[in-house]
Amino acid sequence: MAKLDAVQLRLLREVADLHEVPEGAYNIRANGEAAGRNSTANIEITSKTDVSGIDIRIKDGTKNESVHIPVVMSESGLKEMVYNDFYVGKDCDVVIVAGCGIDNCGSHDSEHDGIHRFFIGRNSRVKYVEKHYGSGNGTGKRILDPQTEVYMDEGSYMEMEMVQIKGVDSTRRTTIAALKDNAKLVVRERLMTHGEQTAESIYKVDLNGEGSSADVVSRSVARDSSFQKLDLCVNGNAACSGHTECDSIIMDNGRILAVPSLEANSVDAALVHEAAIGKIAGEQLIKLMTLGLTEAEAEEQIINGFLK
Amino acid sequence: MLKLQNISFVAPDGGKAAEIIRGIDLDIPSDKFVVITGPNGGGKSTLAKLIAGIEKPTGGRLFYEDEDITELSITERARKGIGFAFQQPVRFKGLTVLDLLRIAAGRKLSVSEACEYLSEVGLCAKDYIKREVNASLSGGELKRIEIATVLARDVKLAVFDEPEAGIDLWSFNNLIRIFEKMRVTEKKRTVIVISHQERILNIADEIIVLSDGQVIDQGSKERVLPEIMGAKFTADICPKME
Ligand SMILES: Nc1ncnc2c1ncn2[C@@H]1O[C@H](COP(=O)(O)OP(=O)(O)O)[C@@H](O)[C@H]1O
Ligand SMILES: [Mg+2]
Repeated sequence: MAKLDAVQLRLLREVADLHEVPEGAYNIRANGEAAGRNSTANIEITSKTDVSGIDIRIKDGTKNESVHIPVVMSESGLKEMVYNDFYVGKDCDVVIVAGCGIDNCGSHDSEHDGIHRFFIGRNSRVKYVEKHYGSGNGTGKRILDPQTEVYMDEGSYMEMEMVQIKGVDSTRRTTIAALKDNAKLVVRERLMTHGEQTAESIYKVDLNGEGSSADVVSRSVARDSSFQKLDLCVNGNAACSGHTECDSIIMDNGRILAVPSLEANSVDAALVHEAAIGKIAGEQLIKLMTLGLTEAEAEEQIINGFLK
Repeated sequence: MLKLQNISFVAPDGGKAAEIIRGIDLDIPSDKFVVITGPNGGGKSTLAKLIAGIEKPTGGRLFYEDEDITELSITERARKGIGFAFQQPVRFKGLTVLDLLRIAAGRKLSVSEACEYLSEVGLCAKDYIKREVNASLSGGELKRIEIATVLARDVKLAVFDEPEAGIDLWSFNNLIRIFEKMRVTEKKRTVIVISHQERILNIADEIIVLSDGQVIDQGSKERVLPEIMGAKFTADICPKME
């Protein structure tokens, strides 16, 4: 990673917990260019020829391996659109760590739009972690508009951890998924917005197969004058089960719009949605204050726990 | 240790004010185990909240270790060594039992230290330490964790509001042991327990009877307990209809 400067290395730590070159397969993209790549015997990463982006091919039966594909941007005014496709074979068990960090000290907006597609083979298990992070005190905005598509074969399992805690001015995250028989999707989203930030998070899950299931849980905190829209939609098209939950804390002048939608197109579909938005309960603050915390410290503890 | 001087509390109750605490004078001596009892709605929890700073009195002054604390915040009182276990403990999504005990102790308690506090309240520690303090805990479990948060603090004055509520008999024996231990420990501690339980009343140095926002009796267990158990008191607690 000799090509990376100090800012880029810091971003890399924030989005992918990387302090050095990761083990296994990786592709690091910095300021729109390749800054390091490694394929392994089972995981092959190649550049696309028609558009910018990469193909990641994971062989059948690959177990206990990981792929890291972080993106860091430290140049103000950069705008890019990247297409990454993951072809996960049958009977795999892998961890995929993506994530994007933008540092913008300049006056131009910086934007990264990643379009990820996952084709998950029969009976494979994938854990996917995606973190978004922004920093820098320039007037230029830090913008992320990721799109994720997940196609799950019979009996596959995908767990997605989607995190955006700091510094992204504007984001519109769209995730769509289609599940075949007995496939299971688990999504854990954590989102915090500050200042004038806006965040939209849209999930559309089609439960097409018998015995397929989805569990989508979003926890979010909107502070200052930020705005969030959470749009969780599950369609049950077979004997399936779906659960979505959005649980949000609003502070200051924050605003949240939760738009749950469930559509059952089969009499055997069982779908549940839960949503709750509110400020921190006064009783919680009081309890922590009786343990010696100030009100501000109590607030921090409650929010950190909530988003943990 | 704690002095209440003509304390009153009027709650704004949709236009008409309700006087919940009516000119209470109390002197709680150091290192004593004091039990406050009395009928439901008599103002016991309100009095406890006034001591912890959760409610501010509408009249009168509070002194703690000879300092006027009437204007001090909840946090300032906690830092001076006042601990409070709620009658109805609060749940927290995302905070684990260990997190809460660490906040209470004000330092990064080791897992084994935290486990000790949990064992004291009769919870098999390793099962609970990583659990979230959320809706998945039963009322009795939550109540015991609440008590453990006070034990984890280095308090000089501990106030427990109906600690026995929702606790099974086995844990109740534990609770009695905790209170007895608090009395004999070399660390000087004043304990105020709000309770209706005869076994807790039985270990009191002093019993205070609160009814209708006023102290109607205060004295040694030997004198007050027989009166509470007698018919005189039960007749008195039925409020007159007018
Ligand atoms: N904030 C409040 N506003 C109005 N009424 C209150 C408030 N807090 C308590 N009360 C009333 O004051 C009385 C005493 O309550 P409480 O202190 O909880 O009694 P106890 O703990 O002795 O059962 C009750 O009638 C209760 O309904
Ligand atoms: Mg009460």
